[in-house]
Amino acid sequence: MSAAAATHDEHHDHGPARGLMRWVFTTNHKDIGTLYLITALIMFMVGGAMALVIRAELFQPGLQLVDPMFFNSMATLHALIMIFGGVMPAFTGLANWMIPIMIGAPDMALPRLNNWSFWLLPFGFVLLASTLFMEGGGPAAGWTMYPPLVLQTGAALPFTIFSIHILGISSILASINIIVTVFNMRAPGMSLMKLPLFVWTWIITAFLMIAIMPVLAGTVTMLLTDKFFGTSFFNAAGGGDPVLYQHLFWFFGHPEVYVLILPSFGVISQVIPTFARKPLFGYSSMVYATASIGFLSFIVWAHHQYTVGMPIEGELFFTYATMLIAVPTGVKVFNWVSTMWKGAMTFETPMLFAIAFVVLFTMGGFTGLMMSISPADLQYHDTYFIVAHFHYVLVPGAVFALFAATYYWLPKWTGRMYDERLGQLHFWLTAISVNVTFFPQHFLGLAGMPRRIADYAVQFAEFNAWSTVGAFVFGFAQLIFVYVIIKAIRGEGEKANDEVWEGAREHGLEWTLPSPPPYHTWETAPEIH
Amino acid sequence: MKIFKLLLAVLGWVLSSRARADYTLNLTEGVTKLSHDVHDLHMLILWICVGIGILVYSLLIYSIIHHRKSKGVVPAQFHENTKLEILWTVIPFLILLSMAIPATKVMIEIYNSDTMPGPTDLTVKVTGYQWKWRYEYLGEGIDFFSNLDAKSNEARQLGANIDPAKVDNYLLNVDNPLVIPVNKKIRFLFTGADVIHSWWVPDFGWKKDTIPGFITDGWVKVEKPGIYRGQCTELCGRDHAFMPIVVIAKPEAEYQQWLAEQKSKGEAATAQAKAEAVKTFTKDELIAKGQEVYNANCASCHQPNGEGIPGAFPAITNSPVVNGPIEEHARLVLKGKGQLMPPFEAVLKPAEIAAVVTYQRNALGNSKGDLIQPAELPAQN
Repeated sequence: MSAAAATHDEHHDHGPARGLMRWVFTTNHKDIGTLYLITALIMFMVGGAMALVIRAELFQPGLQLVDPMFFNSMATLHALIMIFGGVMPAFTGLANWMIPIMIGAPDMALPRLNNWSFWLLPFGFVLLASTLFMEGGGPAAGWTMYPPLVLQTGAALPFTIFSIHILGISSILASINIIVTVFNMRAPGMSLMKLPLFVWTWIITAFLMIAIMPVLAGTVTMLLTDKFFGTSFFNAAGGGDPVLYQHLFWFFGHPEVYVLILPSFGVISQVIPTFARKPLFGYSSMVYATASIGFLSFIVWAHHQYTVGMPIEGELFFTYATMLIAVPTGVKVFNWVSTMWKGAMTFETPMLFAIAFVVLFTMGGFTGLMMSISPADLQYHDTYFIVAHFHYVLVPGAVFALFAATYYWLPKWTGRMYDERLGQLHFWLTAISVNVTFFPQHFLGLAGMPRRIADYAVQFAEFNAWSTVGAFVFGFAQLIFVYVIIKAIRGEGEKANDEVWEGAREHGLEWTLPSPPPYHTWETAPEIH
Repeated sequence: MKIFKLLLAVLGWVLSSRARADYTLNLTEGVTKLSHDVHDLHMLILWICVGIGILVYSLLIYSIIHHRKSKGVVPAQFHENTKLEILWTVIPFLILLSMAIPATKVMIEIYNSDTMPGPTDLTVKVTGYQWKWRYEYLGEGIDFFSNLDAKSNEARQLGANIDPAKVDNYLLNVDNPLVIPVNKKIRFLFTGADVIHSWWVPDFGWKKDTIPGFITDGWVKVEKPGIYRGQCTELCGRDHAFMPIVVIAKPEAEYQQWLAEQKSKGEAATAQAKAEAVKTFTKDELIAKGQEVYNANCASCHQPNGEGIPGAFPAITNSPVVNGPIEEHARLVLKGKGQLMPPFEAVLKPAEIAAVVTYQRNALGNSKGDLIQPAELPAQN
């Protein structure tokens, strides 16, 4: 009797451990998801503060605040931190939280690996941030780290490279975990073509990451040996080629931008059907479009290098291949609009961010299409036009998708509704200021302002001032977002029911669980119809 | 409310108090046939994007206005339509074709300089340095550096307290502009001396990277006389923002006149350099000349005070090289070292090298006390 009772008890336990050690040793996908999300939020604040240093210096012509070298460091670290510290960990956090729940699995397939892939991150970032205090200052050659310039970096160079190695290992491990989980742990009946779009976009993202992260790691290691061990991979005087670095970097770099945006497509494809109260339009074409984008992303890299003096065959091949990406991307936008068409929409904060995503990401898509055209890009290249373009796809693109996801799932995670009024305020401040910040940069670029300059000619003063004002409003508006999250975590606000959003049960397994879900979910696999 | 007032104040300030320079919204049409073609292509793709945008956004806005729950709409449940989906794959593809064809034409024109009548009239070799440009007129014996002009340079220093709006062409002016004739086919050969730079004059319709160890090229035929300004567009280190490009296009006769002046100036300079190469200077002369040379050529990396940037650029102050044998010191300056220290024999004249070596040994915290005369420099080649 007593033996039976003891076994029974062992089956029960399963609240989390207490105290700090819960977070250090946790193998629970929800805990690890939370850790990733909080890390990403902190990194957004750090990277955002750096952006504000940049914008403050650019408020007026002339140098007022910082040395150009520090300005270059800020631009470099802002990009590295936002990409590797902000957007990527945030989506990995969402994947950890949501994928097991969405596919009816009890946890990630490799829980200990999961713990490790998270805990590599803080060390990677401390290493990266520590370079700011080193002899010669932080890395200042841009996040693309082109040689020979990057070889002029001081003591920061090896530390920057090692931190990229660490962050890369973390991404590869997380990707392996996601792929193994989705392919092996789906609930019976959850066929691949029934997977929620968020899961689909993440599988493709994970494959991209496994393919490209080793290329990046190898490439930056070649920088390391060029600098310290006398090799000449990228030194023409020793038989190498500086442009080889650019080819290798962008072979990583272009799929990398899809690593940042594909999971956003997934989030938007979850949010819009819920608030339109209508199934996603063109589910299978969404899957195929995502896969096509993933494939195309590997054969377009040199569109970042139209000005290096490629042969015309190269220029034209990369032009055509890049233009082709507009087709599957267009399919996605049309599908989202058709999902909304004849739906019964309501406009809670997640939906607002999702609609803004569709509108503004499409803007970024248009400028992307313009820049794919190589003869025109000979003018646009390395000006503020490209700065405007990639911020349109990354801020109202990837970051708005993260906002939408957070507002959408926060009630599920915490069991509390967020404050809708504050959410709406956050949305409107953010959506307006993001355009005040980045829209004028199109004009600056067309008028001839190069990117990555610490000071500029007076005819660029007008729009730079606007851009800076927008950036500061944008930055401080994010404090509302932080406050909303803290309130929900502290258990303030109205209790959320299981479904959270009206009719959401139809749109995913997560809405059939209690809010917040118990520490362990789907110990018995759900039935999928 | 307070925040709101503050915002209004900031906006008011932005709108009212600034010196209003001319600004533009669109890409320049430029002054070459290529730049016109690129501009037309830009306008074509821009309008196509605007058209698609209007279509997509109107559908979206219509849907947002009419298909909302608050209007009592019962949601439809359709979720696919094969015909529609094929249609919106094929039509965008056709639209892309309509952009790809003119794009290909322009690209071929840019690459195919044979479409230009007649052979190349002038070839200029452009070398990007940290942070200045060097222009060599091949076959003409003209070779000079082009730096940011002194007024901009003064005003751009951190904490300079000079209003940039009061500086003529702030950051877009140089000491020695590139001068070319109009209506002639001019070929540029580009390379980099240290890191990658990129040479861009928007009015010419293209930019090209200058890559150390490699030669890239481009060509222009400028239609009308004028002053055309541009900047380096590839991040090249600390002073990336401060290496502008100024090209003056002159009618043939004026260009020939300029050419003759430059040649006689160049001959005088060569004669002077020759004389100075065997002249014996006093120590003070060498130090004074060396300071100028140091500030123009060495200070950007080794810093004006000679302390260098630890980990990146060695200090001159207390340097073992500077305090070692003077011939070795001079050889390092002449021949360069590794990827980052360029061989200055290609850039500086013997007297300048002797002067800067002497200066480094007797200033910047060093007091070695010796000097080197131009004639005593280690054998070149």
